[in-house]
Amino acid sequence: MTPAGNNGAKKSGKRSESKAEKKLELVFEIGCEEIPAGMLPRATEELHTNIIKLLTAENLMEGVTVETFSGPRRLSAWVCGLIAKQEDVTSDVTGPPKSVAFDKAGAPTRAALSFAEKQGVRVEDLHSIQTPKGEYLAARQVRRGRTAEEILCDILPRAIHDLTWPRSMTWTGIDGARFIRPIRWLLAVLDGRPLKFSYGGVSSGDKTFGHRFIGKGELTVRNFEEYEKKLGANGVIVRPQARREKIERELAQLARKNGFQIHEDAALENLVCYLNEYPTVIEGEFDSEFLNLPDEILVTVMRDHQKYFAVENSRGELAPNFLAVINLARDSRGLVGAGHERVLRARFADAQFFWAADQKHPLVDNLAKLERVTYESRLGSYLDKVERVRSIARWLTEQWYSSGMIEAHVAEADRAAELAKCDLATEMVREFPELQGIVGGLYSLAQGEPDEVADAIYDHYRPVGLTDPIPRNVTGCAVALADKLDSIAGCFTVGVVPTGSSDPYALRRAALGIVKIIMEKKLPVSLSLAVGAAAKALLVHKPKKGMTTEQESQVLEFILERARFILRDRDGFAYDEVNAVFRAGAEDLVDAQKRLMALKSIRKSKNFEPLAVSFKRVRKILEKAELGKADGRRVQVELFDHDAERELYAAMRDAAARVRTAKRGGRYQEALEIIAGLRKAVDKFFEEVMVMVDDERIRTNRLTLLSELLKEFTTVADFSEIGAEERR
Amino acid sequence: MKIKVKLEKKNVGLNFQDLILRLLQFWADQNCVLQQPYDVEVGAGTMHPETFLRVLGPQPYRVAFVQPSRRPADGRYGENPNRLYKHSQFQVVLKPSPADIQDIYLKSLEALGIDLRVHDIRFEEDNWESPTLGAWGIGWQVLLDGLEITQFTYFQQSGGIDLDPISVELTYGLERICVFLQDVDSVYDLRWSADKTYGQIRLAEEQQFSVYSFDKSDAVAIRAEFDLHEKQAKELLEGFAASKGETRTKYPVLAAYDHCLKCSHLFNLLDARGVISTTERAALMARVRGAACKTAAAYLEQIGGPAKRRELRA
Repeated sequence: MTPAGNNGAKKSGKRSESKAEKKLELVFEIGCEEIPAGMLPRATEELHTNIIKLLTAENLMEGVTVETFSGPRRLSAWVCGLIAKQEDVTSDVTGPPKSVAFDKAGAPTRAALSFAEKQGVRVEDLHSIQTPKGEYLAARQVRRGRTAEEILCDILPRAIHDLTWPRSMTWTGIDGARFIRPIRWLLAVLDGRPLKFSYGGVSSGDKTFGHRFIGKGELTVRNFEEYEKKLGANGVIVRPQARREKIERELAQLARKNGFQIHEDAALENLVCYLNEYPTVIEGEFDSEFLNLPDEILVTVMRDHQKYFAVENSRGELAPNFLAVINLARDSRGLVGAGHERVLRARFADAQFFWAADQKHPLVDNLAKLERVTYESRLGSYLDKVERVRSIARWLTEQWYSSGMIEAHVAEADRAAELAKCDLATEMVREFPELQGIVGGLYSLAQGEPDEVADAIYDHYRPVGLTDPIPRNVTGCAVALADKLDSIAGCFTVGVVPTGSSDPYALRRAALGIVKIIMEKKLPVSLSLAVGAAAKALLVHKPKKGMTTEQESQVLEFILERARFILRDRDGFAYDEVNAVFRAGAEDLVDAQKRLMALKSIRKSKNFEPLAVSFKRVRKILEKAELGKADGRRVQVELFDHDAERELYAAMRDAAARVRTAKRGGRYQEALEIIAGLRKAVDKFFEEVMVMVDDERIRTNRLTLLSELLKEFTTVADFSEIGAEERR
Repeated sequence: MKIKVKLEKKNVGLNFQDLILRLLQFWADQNCVLQQPYDVEVGAGTMHPETFLRVLGPQPYRVAFVQPSRRPADGRYGENPNRLYKHSQFQVVLKPSPADIQDIYLKSLEALGIDLRVHDIRFEEDNWESPTLGAWGIGWQVLLDGLEITQFTYFQQSGGIDLDPISVELTYGLERICVFLQDVDSVYDLRWSADKTYGQIRLAEEQQFSVYSFDKSDAVAIRAEFDLHEKQAKELLEGFAASKGETRTKYPVLAAYDHCLKCSHLFNLLDARGVISTTERAALMARVRGAACKTAAAYLEQIGGPAKRRELRA
């Protein structure tokens, strides 16, 4: 701020003295020991929300902008456009009714006096106000607006306090502040002046600190521009976006220079962006001898363990090079690169050691060790699980083969299921648990198992999410389905049922996988029979306890729930469409999917929605009439006394035959079109025929006719579900 | 910048024993008591009573020591250049933790001859937890050019007891740091002293103890030993609960802790032998934890700390 006297400019007229118009800028920073990188994006968001919420509560948010930033050692906020002081707020506090406030002589009563005393005003300063209940005394109170400075000293500690962390700590003692890591400094500067407050044993001021090694220690800051500039000059890039761009630029430069291809890896980029205050990309290499190890292992070590970017050469093969992001401006002497290379060498040497140790005996020998690895205490060991998975996989492939799927191989599926969990007892998976399945597949291949079996083992944990691909071959699908069915059936049997956010055995993911595999591979699976096969496996093998009918239907419903989710949320089918189709049967998901597509495409035709309304009416009439089981009861033609009845019946018989043929041929759209063609006859029936007549025989006959209509024509999709609101 | 520059192979970097001497001197200058390794097998410096018990209660304390740490399952018959049955930890505990502890720690690295301006030092999230001791803390692994060299932990609980004040624990992995300083590829090539290598001094031990713990140890006998030590720990702790007056102040709670440590090591031996299932593993760990937590409570009471703050709150 330049003193007016030094300002040589001549002013004509009066300078505006309007203080209210002056807008203030706040720079705020929580200086902290290294905050876990993965938590920073959310915390930055949350700090933004907290500040806006707190300013809004103080009526200070109007015309204000808030931006927040973060890095490993700081969370910061830049607030612009703050007014210097809140408006004064004048309000009336209502007192006693005027009628009791003054006596007949017009002198104030005790009620008026004590109200005035309580409000701290003289009784003659009270005034009267009109309320819906009559005239009342009131005291005018002015709440003085506080200055921005006062308010900020109040709310900034709360903005810190209200940040939430997955696991916080104390550092000043058991009753002290809690935060993700110790807070070491607080910077809070309003309009060039430091604010004074404290939090977690630290007092705020106008100091911040640069990069630990490439910056000066303490820096004085008066505004945001200076904050960003000084930190920038001292090894800290304040804006995450700027760090990300630097990383992307340097990755691209090094890739171009060396002819590398880099896998797009947004998650890794984000991580290194928040792991470094001054990210710089360097390149390193490793001995090409290590390329003998499978790419999966090399990439896992580089990416997940060392946070390096793996690269490929122009032929798309993994190159013996890597790109690492360091927290320095440069690696001038190459020491950092050499260090990273050495660490990687040691890691790869370990992996080589594990590979060699694991190859000393065939994978199948590990089966015996699986006996000591518990899956779930009541469901036994992984060896028990393997036995159950084998029997389900055999059942599935036998079914498929006999239904004409020649690519279903029972022996291969059995072998893959036998070996699928053996890698859990290998050194490699003990070291790299995230490679389970993959290691088993690689070892099987190395030990001469057929590709079909090795690929099936490799893939059998898939899909691990909505977008993850399903196993590549049918054998892999069989093992994956069997494994997932067993997990769900087993856990439900012993009462491990997912609730809310608790799903320790990832059963929802398993169910999603089942649905995805069946639908995407178009596999002929009867869900209830498959659950039955899982139940049988539980009975024959450990725990030698079958499932109750209720548990079986619970499992079925659990899987169908995921199917509904996929069809609605991923494939975009309407809620009522999915329900209509599932109500007509969801045993065969592939078939249900086909019916659903047919339903969707016919839905827009003119006959469809009115017919759906009629079907709903039919269902209501039948429910109300409580006809009971219509089984065995037949429509008696001789009881018809309306043409409309006869016509409907004839139309139904004609349609029924054609619908059946179309359905058998899988031509669901055609079937639905035929059903939709019933509209005219149905409409005429309802226009001309009264169902609930007094004559019981006629009434029952008409109800029977309607019940047959519903039964016969809701097997592709139950139209009476169409138009129903989503139940929440 | 292409990294072709390799350190020239020469006798650079501190000898293993000089590394220890430097650290001892550095932390002695920070007013630490220099302690000795504990003479019962432990898996980590944290299990030394000078950490596990000293962090309890309000009395300020600063201590540093080397702790040879046995981890039977990590043995590799002396064939792996980076894995050891027994490695050496340099352990520092400061109670309470000073506000500039990160800076002090970084200075200790400089004392080892590491120029921090040309290396990439990083504090990466790594919370520490010992299920057998009922202890956990919040902190980082410190990475030096991608190499994990130190576990840095603000202790929050020990023996199931909330700590107040908070202690900081620094655990330096001595072999790793030395491999870095000397720029060698195998731990066995480290110069221990001017004329002896790490391999000359320790290889036989690594080979033999790997054979013992993976192939020769007698699981039945070890289980029996486990039970005996657990029994003694229990009896001692029951005795403490029933004791009064001066007997109580002089009661051998520390001996109960030794038995807990024995149990922990025997558990590790069984684990390395591959004879415990996951379920049994959880059960055995719970048994050790139970005794360790009781020991911690008894210790705290003996030293007259703010008794059972946690229970008061509950």
